[in-house]
Amino acid sequence: MTGVEVLDNSEAAPPRDNGELVFEAPWQSRAFGVAADLVDSGSFSWNDFRQQLIEAIQAWEALEGADQPPWDYYTCWVAALEQLLFSKVLLDPTELDLRSSEYVERPHGHDH
Amino acid sequence: MSQEVGHHHGSDPNSPEIRTEALEDLLAEKGLIDRARVDALIERFEHDLGPMIGARLVAKSWLEPEFRKKLLDNADQVLQDEQIQGAEIEHVEIKANEPGIHNVVVCTLCSCYPWALLGLPPSWYKSPEYRSRVVREPRKVLAEMGLSLDSDTEIRVWDSSSETRFLVLPERPSGTEELDLEALAQLVTRDSMIGVAEVKAQ
Repeated sequence: MTGVEVLDNSEAAPPRDNGELVFEAPWQSRAFGVAADLVDSGSFSWNDFRQQLIEAIQAWEALEGADQPPWDYYTCWVAALEQLLFSKVLLDPTELDLRSSEYVERPHGHDH
Repeated sequence: MSQEVGHHHGSDPNSPEIRTEALEDLLAEKGLIDRARVDALIERFEHDLGPMIGARLVAKSWLEPEFRKKLLDNADQVLQDEQIQGAEIEHVEIKANEPGIHNVVVCTLCSCYPWALLGLPPSWYKSPEYRSRVVREPRKVLAEMGLSLDSDTEIRVWDSSSETRFLVLPERPSGTEELDLEALAQLVTRDSMIGVAEVKAQ
């Protein structure tokens, strides 16, 4: 890994009040906001979430070579959120798979 | 920005975009989340929270020795007194840089960070490279990030956890003797409070 990668902090993105774009894509902000609202409304705590996030990051780190997709923090975040929702029985894995498949098959240009 | 807004038709049902959209809709339908609250939370983290909150603490501690002492002894009490509240600062410790001692903060396991003082962390803070390397070779990583420290400066690396969040109190640069609180706070960068930069007078 080079220093350039360590330094990659999205300097190309338009700056915000605090000097940097907080989210790089709308889905990242939704994934963050949904988790934050679940914490605020008492579905789980940030500590519960943190533990799950550590596991998701470790799962990525355990993948090697070609099996390891490029690092993406919010992909780990979503994986952690899903796992926590399943373990708290707030969401059913089958239900989420089904809905995700439905969304992929939507006709192009359809904004539900 | 790589994603087109409103274009959420990936070809992969396992893509994080699709999964996020599906789980948000399911949770909203079940009444477990409220979209207006989610919108407000995102707005707050994007626009209201940021390093300016921590920067004021730093500037004030440069001006008021008593405040500095309290901040270093019991940051939690100071935050309470200053009515700084919010997520992820249940217990904060402030680490002061001084001649010969430089502090730098990391979260080796994930991305713990004092949100209410600095906003959400930059992407490099969350990267596997920074999290693993700054512990192993802090002097080299800091130099790569533009901060070259004297070889006899001791570097203290603080690993954040669910229990403790850290903020670095950088040294006040010379040439700032005339500046007031607001002007000083303007100089204090996020990176200087993580410990990967120094505060410059200009």
